[in-house]
Amino acid sequence: MKPFDYVRPATVSDAVAAAAQSGAVYLAAGTNLLDLMKGGVSRPDRLVDVTHLDGLDGIERLADGSLRIGALVSNADLAHDADFARSYPAVAEALLSGASAQLRNAATVGGNLLQRTRCAYFYDTASRCNKREAGSGCDARGGENRTHAVLGWSDSCIATHPSDFCVPLVALDAIVEIEGRGGRREIALDELHRLPGDTPERESVLEPGDLIVAVRLPPAAREFAPHARYLKVRERTSYAFAVVSAAAALRIENGKIAEARLALGGVAAKPWRARAAEDVLKGVAPTADAFQEAAWRALTDAKPSGDNAFKIELARRIVVRALTLAAAGTPARLSALPASPFASTSGAIHA
Amino acid sequence: MPELNLTSAPAHLRHGSNIGQPLTRRDGVLKVTGQATYAADNHPPGMLFAVIAAASIAHGRVTSLDVAAAKRHPGVVDVMTPDHKPPLAIDPEIKTNPFVFRMEALQSSEVRYANQPIAVVIAETLEAATEGAALLAPRYEAQPPLIGLDAGESFVPPVVGVGNPTENHRGDVEAGLVSAETQIDATYETPPQYHNAMEPHAVVAHWDGDKLSVDMPTQGLKLSLARIAELFGIAHDKIHIRSPFLGGGFGSKGLMGGPPVLGIMAAKLVGRPVKLVLRREQMYGPVGHRAPTRQRLRIGADGEGRLTALDHHARTVSSTFDDFYEPAADASHTLYAAPAIRTSHDAVRVNTGTPLFMRAPGEATGSIALESAIDEIAWTCGIDPLAFRLKNYAEVEPITGKPFSSKALRACYDQGAARFGWAKRPLQPRQMRDDAGLLVGWGMGTATFPALMFQAEARAAIRRDGSGVMEIGAHDMGQGAWTALAQIAADAVGLDIGRVAFKAGTSDLPDAGIAGGSAHTATAGAAIHSAGAAVIAKLADLATNDERSPLFGAGNAGVIARDGRLIRRDDESRGESYAEILARAGVAEVEARGTGAPNPAAMEEYAMHAHGAVFAEVKVDPELSQVRVTRMVGAFAAGRIVNPRMVQSQLFGGMIWGLSFALHEEAVTDRRSGRIMNANLGEYHVPVNADVPPLDVITVEEHDPHVNALGIKGVGEIGITGSAGAVANAVWHATGVRVRKFPIRMEELLV
Repeated sequence: MKPFDYVRPATVSDAVAAAAQSGAVYLAAGTNLLDLMKGGVSRPDRLVDVTHLDGLDGIERLADGSLRIGALVSNADLAHDADFARSYPAVAEALLSGASAQLRNAATVGGNLLQRTRCAYFYDTASRCNKREAGSGCDARGGENRTHAVLGWSDSCIATHPSDFCVPLVALDAIVEIEGRGGRREIALDELHRLPGDTPERESVLEPGDLIVAVRLPPAAREFAPHARYLKVRERTSYAFAVVSAAAALRIENGKIAEARLALGGVAAKPWRARAAEDVLKGVAPTADAFQEAAWRALTDAKPSGDNAFKIELARRIVVRALTLAAAGTPARLSALPASPFASTSGAIHA
Repeated sequence: MPELNLTSAPAHLRHGSNIGQPLTRRDGVLKVTGQATYAADNHPPGMLFAVIAAASIAHGRVTSLDVAAAKRHPGVVDVMTPDHKPPLAIDPEIKTNPFVFRMEALQSSEVRYANQPIAVVIAETLEAATEGAALLAPRYEAQPPLIGLDAGESFVPPVVGVGNPTENHRGDVEAGLVSAETQIDATYETPPQYHNAMEPHAVVAHWDGDKLSVDMPTQGLKLSLARIAELFGIAHDKIHIRSPFLGGGFGSKGLMGGPPVLGIMAAKLVGRPVKLVLRREQMYGPVGHRAPTRQRLRIGADGEGRLTALDHHARTVSSTFDDFYEPAADASHTLYAAPAIRTSHDAVRVNTGTPLFMRAPGEATGSIALESAIDEIAWTCGIDPLAFRLKNYAEVEPITGKPFSSKALRACYDQGAARFGWAKRPLQPRQMRDDAGLLVGWGMGTATFPALMFQAEARAAIRRDGSGVMEIGAHDMGQGAWTALAQIAADAVGLDIGRVAFKAGTSDLPDAGIAGGSAHTATAGAAIHSAGAAVIAKLADLATNDERSPLFGAGNAGVIARDGRLIRRDDESRGESYAEILARAGVAEVEARGTGAPNPAAMEEYAMHAHGAVFAEVKVDPELSQVRVTRMVGAFAAGRIVNPRMVQSQLFGGMIWGLSFALHEEAVTDRRSGRIMNANLGEYHVPVNADVPPLDVITVEEHDPHVNALGIKGVGEIGITGSAGAVANAVWHATGVRVRKFPIRMEELLV
């Protein structure tokens, strides 16, 4: 492994200063970063370990009804927080459908947002990858790409963002709190990740030294709790990334959809908020036809980036299913196979 | 078969006190407490770490390595390259026998496949060696690689598998097809797969002058020893290999590959002990894999649903530099009573590491195609798949006409079907749904694997204190050899298992043969049984020839060994303990050797196979196409079951691998570079716990007087066969979509 500096700052501002230099990266649980380093995909000069910083591991309800989740809260702790799971069931479902129990125990909220793509050509250092090495080319184009992006991709990059967690978060208008050299600021999660365009190496709007310190769910996010689901299609029952996934959340009043939220995962370089589909659903009854229409709207701009045309049809179907499940109501208990099409199968004893 | 048989009574007269008991693993506590020492757990003083630098091109030549940069890195001790390495006594390109495969031992700068070793960096720490390997920054002169089943001109290899004829036929297949009322002509594809043992290939090598000690997982101690001896030009007795535990082998640790040789070379180069462990992605190249296949099956049946012809052709690949051909079509030799059968193979050469035996080589790939095709022809005939198989049940081996040494397949079908509830299966596909609206499908497949035997030797002793010793260089890959063979040993010497010191896993012990071909328990067991009989005969000689013994005059055939005593057959109240016999004779110990080997006369007369029937239920989401197996029942007849617990575990493992074959496993190869793009356990999918339903294994009673003295057929590989086809057929039954390219992908099911 390439030698690197390891620093463990005492305060957030020390951390920001330590990470602002070129070649420095933050280390939280390292569930993605350490693998990248072992594979020579990421070769940082300095690791800034943030795991000992105070005040980043809390889940707190704010006076205005929003919820603030510290960046160092583990995926497992968040998903198993009873109040959290009750208030934001689709987010808990997404968290528990990701990775494995061991990884969820380690992986953090902030790290989840900034995990790198699972594109095999990004990981294979002998391949050309514009994301890994700007301007080198994209070997995923014309390669083995049946799971690659169908939305928002460019000729430079067809990779997807692999997070499950981010999909319901972006549907619920989550806000990201960032500490940077210029102090604290906040942005919508939907604005955190960039589409590749001509600069796929720039995956987010973060500047050097920027540290995600918290994710906030606004007060309105709770109102979807009775009708919120996450659904994920994958190539084995557990421990696999989404081929496609969808988060659907509805606010139903008097038999009509007062407000709909919809986002897709596994389809683009960012969690994909489907606002046009949400608009279709506003004010209509939650019917199969309405959901079909929403699905078509959500995928209007989709196009295959390789051998992956099936993902467009699959994404439409998962939108319909996720909306149908959400309309039926959030189940009282989370399934043993969270977010799985087999969630309701009897005999499912573990994820 | 044993040369020294204690009595004329059945050879297993004494068996029952140990054999047949469902003992738990005798090495289980060591394993769960971390005390079982695997090869990479060894750290001799002064040991250095070696890391392989692997090629990132699939075809071409290394033109430069930045050795200076690697050597400048702190902790790097040396860099082994084609220009800087200890000499070998023979060129590793030379095949000295059919069980020698060509390997890369840095003999040239040529690159023949991606992930081929091109240099080895040796350092004080693993981290330094790893970074040193990265700093080599190889440059290449690359050539276009040959990739896939259509890579080039095909040819007919001289043999497939291990010396099997490339083509076989019986009867007139074309006439059989012409006369058929119904026919199918279907082509199936199976992907490249990699063994992916949990324990990566590892070696700790330590030279002491011209003596060499090696810690290395191997399925063939003596074959490995012989290969090391010829490569390094040293006598067999200068080499000591320890391989007490393997974290899985599945065929990839059977024959000596390049990486452990590189570790031994590295230790020689630096004059210190060296450890070399493959990284997971480095296991996708130099240590074998299951080759991809494309199989065409043409099957005809008459109006009654009786087969008229079965034609099975398999295309496979081998490497550009060596020969191993997956004998996939041979799966059609034994199961179905077609009057005309033809099997044939052809191949192309590609830039890959040489394919090798991988759990049920040929049988697994061939079985999923054959069992899918049988399902298709049964459907075409409008007959239930089980009824169709029974209608075409082979009473003699179809390809040879030989009788079976034993065959309880009918009982497997009956018991498996009853347990599964097969009788309620609708003939039409896409008929069943569960409460949640998921499609439900039921499929079945027939399992078969030959009952093989290799050659082995064992040494048995009875000691003055009445305890026993059994020594054999056997291999525990996780399958339970430490337990099952010790059970055979205990019965062989007429002692409780706790009174027998069972020694295995090192190269100084008698040759146990290779742990492969599902033949290890039978082969090593036969040698153990024979050695036990021989040592008891010696003991009996001491007693029955001694006037002071109550056994005097009973004769060798007149005594029985039981519970540490010899007793008279004609009067069981008369006898004495082993310790008494040895004490009176003033002998510290009696010892004897015995061998196990196939019986050519029996093999000439009988077809010897284990059989089974596997039934699977899958559920498929009708819109989203995700598939999950929800139930599996396997009924297997494999002769004598030495340890039911270990056997059940082996069959579980095989059935899970079959599920994996049908739905998950595939090495994804980039169509341009020839590099494998998912060479890790995150993306090379095998089933996780949530994919594996409750499995139900039935072992059907079967007595086989011909396979070997103990009647053991072996269970290591049969579980995959049948299972893969059962799952694939269940997917068809659930969806009505016949997928002929494996693994079955969700996009194929999106209708």
